[in-house]
Amino acid sequence: MVGCMLNDEQEALRSTVEEFAREVIAPVIGGYYERGEFPYEIVAKMGKLGLFGLPFPEEYGGMGGDYFAFCLALHELGRVDSSVAITLEAAVGLGAMPIYRFGTPQQQADWLPDLCQGERLAAFGLTEPGGGSDIPGGMRTRARLEGGQWVIDGTKAFITNSGTSITSVVTALAITGEQDGKPEISAIMVPAGTPGFTVGPEYSKVGWRASDTRELSFSSCRVPAGNLLGERGRGYAQFLQTLDEGRIAIAALAAGLAQGCVDECLRYAGQREAFGQHLGSFQAIQFKIADMAARAHLARLAWYDAAARLVAGQPIKTEAAIAKLTCSNAAMDNARDGTQIFGGYGFMNEFPVARFYRDAKVLEIGEGTSEVQRMVIARQLGVG
Amino acid sequence: MNIVVLMKQVPDTWSERTLRAADNTLDRDAADAVMNELDEYAIEEGLRLTEAHGGEVTIVSMGPEKATESIRKALSMGADKAVHVSDEALHGSDALVTSAVLAKVLERAGFDLVILGSESTDARTGVLAAMLAERLGVPQLTFASKVDIDGSAIAIHRLADYGYDTVEGTLPAVVSVVEKINEPRYPSFKGIMAAKKKPVETLTVADLGIDPAQVGLAASATEVVEWAKRPPRAAGVVVTDDGDGGTKAAEFLASRKFI
Repeated sequence: MVGCMLNDEQEALRSTVEEFAREVIAPVIGGYYERGEFPYEIVAKMGKLGLFGLPFPEEYGGMGGDYFAFCLALHELGRVDSSVAITLEAAVGLGAMPIYRFGTPQQQADWLPDLCQGERLAAFGLTEPGGGSDIPGGMRTRARLEGGQWVIDGTKAFITNSGTSITSVVTALAITGEQDGKPEISAIMVPAGTPGFTVGPEYSKVGWRASDTRELSFSSCRVPAGNLLGERGRGYAQFLQTLDEGRIAIAALAAGLAQGCVDECLRYAGQREAFGQHLGSFQAIQFKIADMAARAHLARLAWYDAAARLVAGQPIKTEAAIAKLTCSNAAMDNARDGTQIFGGYGFMNEFPVARFYRDAKVLEIGEGTSEVQRMVIARQLGVG
Repeated sequence: MNIVVLMKQVPDTWSERTLRAADNTLDRDAADAVMNELDEYAIEEGLRLTEAHGGEVTIVSMGPEKATESIRKALSMGADKAVHVSDEALHGSDALVTSAVLAKVLERAGFDLVILGSESTDARTGVLAAMLAERLGVPQLTFASKVDIDGSAIAIHRLADYGYDTVEGTLPAVVSVVEKINEPRYPSFKGIMAAKKKPVETLTVADLGIDPAQVGLAASATEVVEWAKRPPRAAGVVVTDDGDGGTKAAEFLASRKFI
């Protein structure tokens, strides 16, 4: 990448995913969304395309790309639909990435090949009913070692990809003891179907309706001691990086949604007539679309910058938070303006902009709320 | 098995396409350039055949320098190597001249099977497979919706209005395919990265031993003499059903010679 230009391979990947989203996802996703149904067929095709293995090396069945390539794919998917984009984001960024990064060679060999193919999905259980970013204050889930096994008790909330028929494993963060008077947090892998691990029904969500989101409960759930992922007591520390990266991924998805609103409105403004003229001939509409395009452009640059820094091995905490904040703002603003341009049709579920409107809100909430992003940015700047 | 797939870069069918006023040839700058859609099916079939029977797929494309983008896409789908015939002298070549140039490339490269889309979305002559087979002295099996190979025997389903005919021949042969034949794959990122390292040989007409005076617009047997823009779409006819809607609809279809 030179400046903010994509190189040939990045552009080839971008245009391939753009084409895939337009041809494979766009024609059918509205139906899945309306039915609140997980799109297994689309996910299988995304798997064949290699999207689930994008940032992983080939020896694990991955594509040998990097996090930037992964974010590019999320951006292009987000232009067409957020449910499939978040499914990919959570599966790769939150599910498989910690196993790749912190897993033992055995754990990697056990789980990664299927995950990289998209034949199986992994989930990451951090958030609980009592809190998400508030760690350990909001965390109640506990695990204790007993006879060579972890015994887990607790509840996780809003966990993406945790209840599909192809979910293979959930990594749960749990309090495993005390260190220097503070709760010790560790990550433990719980395979789907483990006794004592119950997957709740699909939530009724405002948006992301074709993605799988569930509450999980652990009741004397036993897994082998060897299911510890990474170091005991480093659960939170080792996932801070995962969470920072995840913000860039959500930023890319959000920038995609912001661009998707522009795409839809450009098409509509050229077709729809009002008062005897094309909608696009009214300056009120032109200016709205110009503002939307500007927001989408800046959003894209924000995540490009954060992802390029990440790939270059530079610190990203501030840039990731700025990208997440900026891109989710752009998504929300563009979704609001986009539905306004569509008028009454913008309020009808069958129109993509209506779906974008419903999907945009959660971008200001998930992977750290906009308030948390501001806290992070301010703290990095040394204020407060 | 040595499979050669012919691939052409064409203006995107979704964009506004036009001819150049100066010489009535295609205005390639006026529209986005993409791989001819039917050629994606040809490449997919080539890849499937080599996956089943072994061998390699060579892409052959004739076109301006810009066609390298489409050649890269073909390679990232999984083709092994490519030959790109690119020469200013070729500008404006018709199907007859094109077939002469491509036949030279094919003779030079050698092949067991040549696969191509049954037509390109720009010129739409649909005659290239027949011309190539004739020039190369091999069987042509056209409009294939299915290809089976067993040793040196080849059998295809030839798409017809009433279904299909089974056509058999022996290799080497030329096969043109229709879009019913398969579902082309998307390039994976691994494929995209691998394509960077695959060999692309660029040839001029002189490299092929062809006299530049024998190709291009001037040497072509056909010429676009006159052309007009497609008329804007006329408004449709609304048939109100007052009990005779069926008759009116039938009359409309009859007036357009559909029935």
